[in-house]
Amino acid sequence: MKKKTIEELKEIAKDIRRKVVTMLCRAGSGHPGGSLSVTDFITACYFSEMNLDPKNPKWEDRDRFVLSKGHVCPAQYAALAKLGFFPEETLQTLREEGSILQGHPNMQCPGVEIPTGSLGQGVACAVGMAIALKMDKKNSRVFAVLGDGECQEGEVWEAAQTANKYQLDNLILFVDNNNLQIDGTTDEVMPNRDLGEKFKAFGFEIYNIDGNDMAQILRTLDAVRLHSHSTKPKCIIGQTTKGKGVSFMENVADWHGVAPNKEQCEQALKDIDANYSFE
Amino acid sequence: MKKIATRNGFGEEILALGKENKNIVVINADIGKSCKTYEFAQAYPEQEINVGIAEQNAAGIAAGMATCGKIPFVVTYAIFASLRMCEMVRQEIAYPKLNVKIVGSHGGLSPARDGASHQAIEDMGVLRTLPNMTVIMPADYWAAKKLTRAVAEHKGPAYIRFTRDSIPVIYDENVELEIGKAHMIQDGNDVAIIANGDTVCIAVEAAQELAKENISARVLDMHTIKPLDVDAVVDCIENIGKIITVEDHTIINGLGSAVCEVVAERGKGKVKRIGVPDKYGESAPYERLLAINGITVEGIVAAAKNI
Repeated sequence: MKKKTIEELKEIAKDIRRKVVTMLCRAGSGHPGGSLSVTDFITACYFSEMNLDPKNPKWEDRDRFVLSKGHVCPAQYAALAKLGFFPEETLQTLREEGSILQGHPNMQCPGVEIPTGSLGQGVACAVGMAIALKMDKKNSRVFAVLGDGECQEGEVWEAAQTANKYQLDNLILFVDNNNLQIDGTTDEVMPNRDLGEKFKAFGFEIYNIDGNDMAQILRTLDAVRLHSHSTKPKCIIGQTTKGKGVSFMENVADWHGVAPNKEQCEQALKDIDANYSFE
Repeated sequence: MKKIATRNGFGEEILALGKENKNIVVINADIGKSCKTYEFAQAYPEQEINVGIAEQNAAGIAAGMATCGKIPFVVTYAIFASLRMCEMVRQEIAYPKLNVKIVGSHGGLSPARDGASHQAIEDMGVLRTLPNMTVIMPADYWAAKKLTRAVAEHKGPAYIRFTRDSIPVIYDENVELEIGKAHMIQDGNDVAIIANGDTVCIAVEAAQELAKENISARVLDMHTIKPLDVDAVVDCIENIGKIITVEDHTIINGLGSAVCEVVAERGKGKVKRIGVPDKYGESAPYERLLAINGITVEGIVAAAKNI
């Protein structure tokens, strides 16, 4: 597959944002804020970095993607549909009875590797995958996305220490550091202090970036793939904006778990089309 | 009668399985020595992960490994396997029906002197409540070996519970045990005693005592409480009518409850549950703890006469 340009990837991210907003509006419930903050990293993983085969979702040598913050699955679903893991029309069934697109992802959905949604659990699952792939001498890598609020869960750190013990250089974590959680800012609810320093203390190689800047994301993924010679697990701390790209959602905690109504959806689509906060 | 702990049977069988199938992996949580997986770790270090004292993450790691084709056995004490890891087991193992085996050693009151903190009296009930989960407790050393192998061959999540102390070896190497099928040790027609785990040998002894008084007891080893062998229970209801259940577990949601569910839906038959009566244990010798809770030969005999 020909490597996509930054501009092409930005267009894909834009389309995913459009799909996220539309799906959530139609479903009448879901989590727009976080879905929009992780969209750029998800786009880079699925459309540039990972080895996948949409026609053979269980291909043995594929890279694995674990969405530990499972509530932002609309962004992942949109990416999977665009890649052809399932028809794009299926996106219209988000959160409907009988849909493969559950409110939080499960393995009925092609391309989803593990069910998530209960926060703090995905990193351990990703660690298990990374260990198993190493046992089988596979070159596949495991990408896991977690939230900053989620890092308040103790299991994240249990998994992190295991990643260090087994020197899982095939594990790449991305912390969606949008500084907001349901009850307010992470500093108000439970200060994380410096997550990069924390993961570093747990033995990770750290990359601090703007997690909504496609060029920086791609440079970082290149650096991890080409220039990291340590056996340490990797952690990208991505500073992001919750609700990124939609004027009235940006940095508003209340848009964590509320779907836009029709008018709000139209406004959101206008913002996205106008590259709001990206220009 | 020879006595061996069921955890030893597990340790020997998992060692054999590890040699036969390189996809079988053990995930230890710092207590491999007492759960009898230390030898496995020594023999097959490339098939063992030790996560330290971090059980929640052990469950997630097992789930992740299972998605890559491994058959992970997560090994810890029953109390942590069922309660510390509970939500991770539900979300990452039972819900997606992954091929993970959860091993709970030191089940029931068997970590006796350690006291209530380590005595798992709720574990089988908790795990029985999870959809997709199979729940098993072997009755002796041979059953432990046979059912460990059966669990390894079974596709899907399973919980298997072992205990700490040496208990009588009631079977031999030819015993055939199938997941989900009760094993009839002896037939009888006055009363049915349905037991599992360490209490099966107590039930057998009680049946012998009852025979002296011309009371004929059927004894079933109900090693699998989920899926329960409903046909075996219905047969007891239809042909005997009186059932005593015996378990080293709270009488809520364990073997006794599972049997009662069948009896209630059938609308006939009588049950008396013997087990831990909805209270925590304490530090004491194992035999004393069983006696305090009436899980004894005398307790079963009295129940059989009074039902």
